[in-house]
Amino acid sequence: MPLSFIVAWMPGSRNRVLPRPPHLPARATDFRSLLAGVVSIAWGATGASLAHADRLAGATLAQQGGGGAPACMTCHGAQGEGQAAAGFPRLAGQGQAYLLKQLQAFADGTRKNPQMAPIARSLSAAQMRDAADYYASLPGWKQTTAPHTPSAQYAQGLKIATEGDWTKEMPACFACHGITGEGVPPHFPALAGQPMAYTQTQLNAWRAAQRTNDPLGLMQAVAEKMSDAEIAAVSRYLENPSRPGKEK
Amino acid sequence: MSFRTWYESQKQTRTFHPGWIVMAVGGALVVAGIIAIPATLVAETAPPPAAAAPPAGISDHGKAPGTDMPKVIEQTPDPARLRNAKTIQVDFSPPPDEAMPTGEFGQAVRLGKAIFTDTQTYARQYVGNKLNCVNCHLGAGRKADSAPLWAAYGMFPAYRDKNKHVNTYEERLAGCFRFSMNGKAPAPDSKEMVALVSYSYWLAKGAPIGVELKGRGYPTLPEPPQKPDAARGKQVFEANCALCHGADGQGTEMSGRYVFPPLWGKNSFNGGAGMSKVKNAAAFVHANMPLGKGNSLSEQEAWDVAQYLDSKPRPPDPRKGKSS
Repeated sequence: MPLSFIVAWMPGSRNRVLPRPPHLPARATDFRSLLAGVVSIAWGATGASLAHADRLAGATLAQQGGGGAPACMTCHGAQGEGQAAAGFPRLAGQGQAYLLKQLQAFADGTRKNPQMAPIARSLSAAQMRDAADYYASLPGWKQTTAPHTPSAQYAQGLKIATEGDWTKEMPACFACHGITGEGVPPHFPALAGQPMAYTQTQLNAWRAAQRTNDPLGLMQAVAEKMSDAEIAAVSRYLENPSRPGKEK
Repeated sequence: MSFRTWYESQKQTRTFHPGWIVMAVGGALVVAGIIAIPATLVAETAPPPAAAAPPAGISDHGKAPGTDMPKVIEQTPDPARLRNAKTIQVDFSPPPDEAMPTGEFGQAVRLGKAIFTDTQTYARQYVGNKLNCVNCHLGAGRKADSAPLWAAYGMFPAYRDKNKHVNTYEERLAGCFRFSMNGKAPAPDSKEMVALVSYSYWLAKGAPIGVELKGRGYPTLPEPPQKPDAARGKQVFEANCALCHGADGQGTEMSGRYVFPPLWGKNSFNGGAGMSKVKNAAAFVHANMPLGKGNSLSEQEAWDVAQYLDSKPRPPDPRKGKSS
């Protein structure tokens, strides 16, 4: 019986099971109770602190900067939502492993970006992890504004994102980046909600082999098949993607 | 011992036990810990007060960055490999989706496409694994060299060695459900079967009947220079396939839907499926994998990795279960 087991382990129960020898003080500390208490305290304390120390440090870095690095939010927005006009990417809700890999790539030059390179180089390894943990913990993109008014460009973008064009061996974005573009950690970043200018810049960089830090060269193999118009269309769509209703 | 006898003993002895304090404090901390985790998640989305700056070094708890980051295979793109070795030759193009008809027939075509791309939702009761038709027939059944529907439709009825009689197109589709989907086939006049046939027929609009079209099935691979080897195949798998399908081959699931399909085990196709034959798997892999980089693996690599897949367990061939 689970209940009797628990009861047998409750403090004081020993008095009933095995009467305490009279020469022992009645209030002697029960070792089992003490152990249970200590374990509980340890569990509670580590749960509350260790699990969140990274994110807390990351939040401070994001909002105040640190160690020579400017605050991430200066460019990436107060909630990590990015800055559409400037083409600074959304970071909130992005996969932790992906964010960390990009910071390391900016620092070691495998991903070239004149703005991010000095910032990434000024971050310690721990700070990179903190920032990645923090932004990965923020909520991902959700559709808050109405989708773009249907246009030929938006429709073309939707088709590329959801179906690709297999007549030229070009898979759909969502075949790897998730059924709604929400990303598939650890390797495939979220695309939904990224500023159009950012996606466009990156696709152009993949196509021109200026960005090459993709696993297996998968992204480069897709981008090289895309036309300027297709890059623009899919970047427009991914900024605020919607899907047509399900078939009945 | 029951709770009652224990309670009575406490009443009788009336001893205050110090363990109670420890238990109470410990219990409170456990509850607080459980509440704190979601609360912190919510709180951290708001800017923390400036005083929340942690003492230096608190974040550095001994882990080097990247230690628990999954292994990423970096590969300097080899221009010769990046480009597809050959472009697929086709002599037929299916109509674009925009040209789908309206009315009852149009609805059947649309449902057929929905079943084809999301079998788990639209034909759930006929499926016994976690696959969707589109996993092996890329591009919603359009892609040449990936067993496109438009090339299959006009080739039935046909005699098949697999079951030693003349099969209609419906019976051919039924075979997919029984083996590749490890399930049971919808009846020939069921809504699902009518929809799948309608979609295939519409994709084949304008294609000749009884003519082997370029791009049909998977292009047959010549025998490899070396006998296919599962041990070499394992290396090919880990370098090129595990990224998406997982080191355990069980695919990648996101919010209940598989983005990348499981390749073996209970969630994959069974031993009677065409894909369970090494030559078919090798042909599919060579022409179509990794996604978007078809024809980038060598023929030997494709044969080896297919041999590796064949060495893994999967649901049995339903034809063999009963007779033997």
